[in-house]
Amino acid sequence: MSPTATWLAVIGASAVVYALKVVGHLVPEHWLAKPRVARTAALVTVALLSALVAVQAATTGKELVADARLPALAVAAVALVLRAPFIVVVVLAAATAAGLRALGMA
Amino acid sequence: MRFDGRRAVVRTSISVALATGLYGVSFGALSVVAGLSTAQTMALSLLMFSGGSQFAFIGVLGAGGAAGAAIATAGLLGARNGLYGPQVAPLLGVHGGRRLLAAQLTIDESTAVATAQTSLDDARTGFWWTGAGVFVLWNAFTLLGAVLGDALGDPRRYGLDAAAAAAFLALVWPRISGPTGTVARLVAGGAVLVALALTPFTPAGVPVLVAAAVAILVGMLAPLSPDEPTTSEHTGDVP
Repeated sequence: MSPTATWLAVIGASAVVYALKVVGHLVPEHWLAKPRVARTAALVTVALLSALVAVQAATTGKELVADARLPALAVAAVALVLRAPFIVVVVLAAATAAGLRALGMA
Repeated sequence: MRFDGRRAVVRTSISVALATGLYGVSFGALSVVAGLSTAQTMALSLLMFSGGSQFAFIGVLGAGGAAGAAIATAGLLGARNGLYGPQVAPLLGVHGGRRLLAAQLTIDESTAVATAQTSLDDARTGFWWTGAGVFVLWNAFTLLGAVLGDALGDPRRYGLDAAAAAAFLALVWPRISGPTGTVARLVAGGAVLVALALTPFTPAGVPVLVAAAVAILVGMLAPLSPDEPTTSEHTGDVP
């Protein structure tokens, strides 16, 4: 993607996200208070983040790939079970993948 | 949570801002690794200022996704900020320019701190201190991360591709762990399967969007039960 196209995407996406924040401050409260709306918004967040985990950990381009990212993700999951802070989880995952690659894993 | 006075609220706000701002480092580093410039990375933290959306945006672009897919993914993840507005707007009671500023600072953390207070004064103090504190620190640490990421070279050697996956896992974790997360766990599992199944056959970015579409169908059509996640739980991820 060209720098100009990336800039347009950055500005466009930022405008969309800001517009959503403003709308929340302007609409009457009861419009969004419906349980089904709140539930759907929560589930969309879960689905997007979960799909991003999968794409980020197990794909390269259009291929499904199993490499050092998967054991790193497993280490991250263990750290999360042990209630480690966000930054520790991320650093542990990076260190695991870096270590495995230094040992020759893809 | 109960707090004794303004100082306690400010203290809470500052500690939340520190904890949240710190992982701006990982966003900054991953953003330049995904191919954005330092200026574009900073524009995201200043203008978009919503961690989940920012990580998603660079995730889709970094995987080769089109601008439209990146914008749609960031927007869908930013939708929950729109649900926070009706919760904090009555507490703040601001209009005009200050309302536009309050909207930009309406994120997971500021909403969580504001709505946890028992008095209107404390709620306002909590919202503004947390929102402004996270904004300043998130941007400062984003810049630090972008500079570090630029200096590192090959991101795979340092496991930064795995760090990106771990960041998304950490963001979704509070929403799927615990006894109330059954529906969320099912949706998470379904989203992973849909995304992986579509990856070989669709343009980059599309698998993630289709996974979201499945969640919308489940959310709107499946019967409501008490065992549900809602955005009002403030599960504490990035801004």
